[in-house]
Amino acid sequence: MADPIALFRMMLTIREAELALARLFADGEVPGFIHLSVGQEGVAAGVCAALGPQDSVASTHRGHGHALARGMALEGFFAEVMAKSTGLCGGRGGSMHVADLQRGMLGANGIVGAGAPIALGAALAHRTRGTDGVAVAFFGDGALAEGAMHETLNMAAIWRLPLLMVCENNGWAEFSRSDTQVAAKLGAWTQSYGVRHDEVDGNDVVAVAAAAEEAVAALRRGEGPRVIEARTHRWRGHFEGDPQRYRDPEEAGRMAEHDPIARARAALTAEGTPAQTLDTAESEARDAVAAAIAAARTAPPADWAAALTGVYAPAEA
Amino acid sequence: MAELRMVQAVNRALAEAMAEDPSVFLLGEDIGAAGGPFGATRGLLDKFGPDRVRDTPISEAGIVGAAVGAALSGLKPVAEIMFMDFITLAMDALVNQAAKARFMFGGQRGVPMVLRTPHGGGLSAGPQHSQCLEAWLCHIPGLKVVCPATPADAHALLRAAIADPDPVVFIENKALYAMKGEVEEAPAPVPIGRARIARPGRDATVVAYGAAVHWATEAAATLEGEGIEAEVLDLRSLQPWDEAAVLESLSRTHRLVIAQEAVEAFGVGAEIAARMAEIGFDELDGPILRVGAPFTPVPFAKELESAYRPDAARIAAAVRRTLE
Ligand SMILES: Cc1ncc(C[n+]2csc(CCOP(=O)(O)OP(=O)(O)O)c2C)c(N)n1
Ligand SMILES: [Mg+2]
Repeated sequence: MADPIALFRMMLTIREAELALARLFADGEVPGFIHLSVGQEGVAAGVCAALGPQDSVASTHRGHGHALARGMALEGFFAEVMAKSTGLCGGRGGSMHVADLQRGMLGANGIVGAGAPIALGAALAHRTRGTDGVAVAFFGDGALAEGAMHETLNMAAIWRLPLLMVCENNGWAEFSRSDTQVAAKLGAWTQSYGVRHDEVDGNDVVAVAAAAEEAVAALRRGEGPRVIEARTHRWRGHFEGDPQRYRDPEEAGRMAEHDPIARARAALTAEGTPAQTLDTAESEARDAVAAAIAAARTAPPADWAAALTGVYAPAEA
Repeated sequence: MAELRMVQAVNRALAEAMAEDPSVFLLGEDIGAAGGPFGATRGLLDKFGPDRVRDTPISEAGIVGAAVGAALSGLKPVAEIMFMDFITLAMDALVNQAAKARFMFGGQRGVPMVLRTPHGGGLSAGPQHSQCLEAWLCHIPGLKVVCPATPADAHALLRAAIADPDPVVFIENKALYAMKGEVEEAPAPVPIGRARIARPGRDATVVAYGAAVHWATEAAATLEGEGIEAEVLDLRSLQPWDEAAVLESLSRTHRLVIAQEAVEAFGVGAEIAARMAEIGFDELDGPILRVGAPFTPVPFAKELESAYRPDAARIAAAVRRTLE
């Protein structure tokens, strides 16, 4: 069983990192587009807690939480999103492509639905090698409208691959309600492939971790793919700077009621965890994020010469 | 030394690579029990089993996407797309994922996969089963593109493609599958990016790849009777292509014709012409001419398709014109 304090800490790290990114973006220190997962941390933290170092994760455009929950170091993460040469991707990928291949984090992805077949391939690799590794594909509720999702679940099902597809159901596909875009209910869709679908409250990190642990254990036993649907909430705009004219301000105002971090804190307190332990966890997360940002600020900018020679493997001497 | 058909040379290269390296595996539609639509994978299922010769559903996006994921996870997938026309369904995986991963992940890892696919017409297969779409792929930084013209090169270049640390699109010309040629028992490796002089000559250079190499060679034989010695340079690799070899040949002949089966406009030939105009201008004693297909889809009717396809006569006419 995942340690609830560790889950709490991971959610704090993701939250602190993303709120810091929101400020850096507003101040012009982060270029491009960034999609924050504030409010959705319970899914990333809970699912990744069920994984081991041998496992693989393919992520989405909203992938910061997945990368950090997979263990990507804050230094390499911030330097990447802040376009520095010390970024784990050398400043060539940015927010939509944070990746840590050493940790089986096969990348955030700028293409909706594209992570799923990549995770399928990773699951295929685990199977072909005969290991008990599993692969996770995170996807949004809007992505279900992409054909690649169907191809992926179909292949995973016929081959009974160790693939866990995790839907972060936040109700939104960009600026539209996803139920205006996707006719299928995820559970019915999944079950029509003969695959088990479990629904979980994404704001309850312990419940997410328990569902993921159960599914991953089944995958390791070779029981074929699974789908977990985590109900969650996207607190902020689709991207930073999104004026959200399409959204009822009242809905946005209710977000904090679902806060997975406040819920975890309340549960830990009820179980007798001293307030000081929880406060310390919060200040440690804040300090770690601040240190990573400070390091990124002093790092040299992304290196053009390295980028130019980084398209292909270096020619053998 | 064995005489093999092109399709058998492909098969042998796959079998050898799989025997040598357990991380090599194949995936594609009907490649296992059925042996592939053109027989390129015949017998491999029995030799290597269903985990390494994986029959897939009709899911091109999924096949190539899974190949990317498997390659990022340490395997060496060789995916087959039944007709090159069908890569349209897999373009995201190829262009946005396979081609980008090494670069956008800062060199953490590459995507050592091969996508084998047949192009070309001549079989009355019609507009959706005959196209030569290689120029699209040559335009994508991160991809390599190879197109052999002989069984020996098909074998050697497929070995090179599988060994390559980056994604390689390996294009097989359908009309050449049955062509026979010698393949040595232990042939010397052929590196990706190196052209080959298919026929030496001193009066004009004809750069070609795939089926056009054979049309160019036939044209050169015709021209010989007229006292014109045309050199035929088989590019073999389209991305990267052997700029130095083309320039070297041009520096001897001072005339350049580029022949391809693909639509002429915006094609591989256009890139070669542009580069030679930039770096070989002083060597040119005549206009650079291209021979390719007209700007229409590939037609079905035999009469229409033979009017559509470039041939030796059109190449010979272009050589005569550039010598005028
Ligand atoms: C192939 C593709 N189409 C469209 C987009 C633009 N886009 C980015 S995110 C998004 C919405 C995705 O919704 P969902 O999958 O529910 O994820 P969420 O943003 O809610 O996390 C869209 C349309 C894209 N990046 N890729
Ligand atoms: Mg959504």
